[in-house]
Amino acid sequence: MAEKKTDNAERGKGGRDGAAADVASDRIGQKLRAYYDSIRDEEIPERFLDLLERLDEAEKATKGGSKQ
Amino acid sequence: MTDQVHSEDKGFKRELLAALPNLRAFAISLSGQRDRADDLVQEAILKAWSKQQSYTPGTNMKAWLVTILRNEFYSQLRKRGREVQDTDGVHTARMTSQPAQQGVMDLADLQAALDQLPADQREAILLVGASGFSYEEAAEVCGCAVGTIKSRVSRARSTLQDILGVDGASDYGPDAEIASATSRALSG
Repeated sequence: MAEKKTDNAERGKGGRDGAAADVASDRIGQKLRAYYDSIRDEEIPERFLDLLERLDEAEKATKGGSKQ
Repeated sequence: MTDQVHSEDKGFKRELLAALPNLRAFAISLSGQRDRADDLVQEAILKAWSKQQSYTPGTNMKAWLVTILRNEFYSQLRKRGREVQDTDGVHTARMTSQPAQQGVMDLADLQAALDQLPADQREAILLVGASGFSYEEAAEVCGCAVGTIKSRVSRARSTLQDILGVDGASDYGPDAEIASATSRALSG
């Protein structure tokens, strides 16, 4: 802990506790976000779109059936 | 009367659709298995749909869905018990058999590292570090105190650093490269 504090001060990080750890954490954060983004960028699988469509239709049919 | 109901429902559906990519990312990285993740997402959609009356349009759909999926995840985990560890092994084998591109290996390593975390720490770091939730939102999703989330995130971070050997001077490639390589490899 103490030696990290010194490191941080030398790097001009204001001697914030654990700031050195934050640098590594940011790497972790970057990797996590890159991983997430790679999944988010995928197309939504057809099965979910179909499912929502069916749920929507089923609900419309129950609620008065005005849409035939 | 029905017209209005329908237009509200469309709003709900639209919001749900918009939140799906994030929900899937959470499900995949939380469960570590794409097949299982998509089953969780499907369950979450069904649950969300059946209780849509309890959702206030325009509020935090992302957090609402994540909360539902998370509950489903834990209830399945309790049901499966020991089975889970078995399938984790299968998953790891599948992940590491992806084409040996630098970025892909990186992300397979990342998922493998996530898999080693206790579930409560894994979800905390995913919510705060990847989903972009505040500590407060994450605490609400998990139904625990903000301080608890903070300490889980911090423990998760240091464990991930140890496993991945990340230390400030890193030799990891640019994230854009990682992201595009993975999305190609994982979508196949």
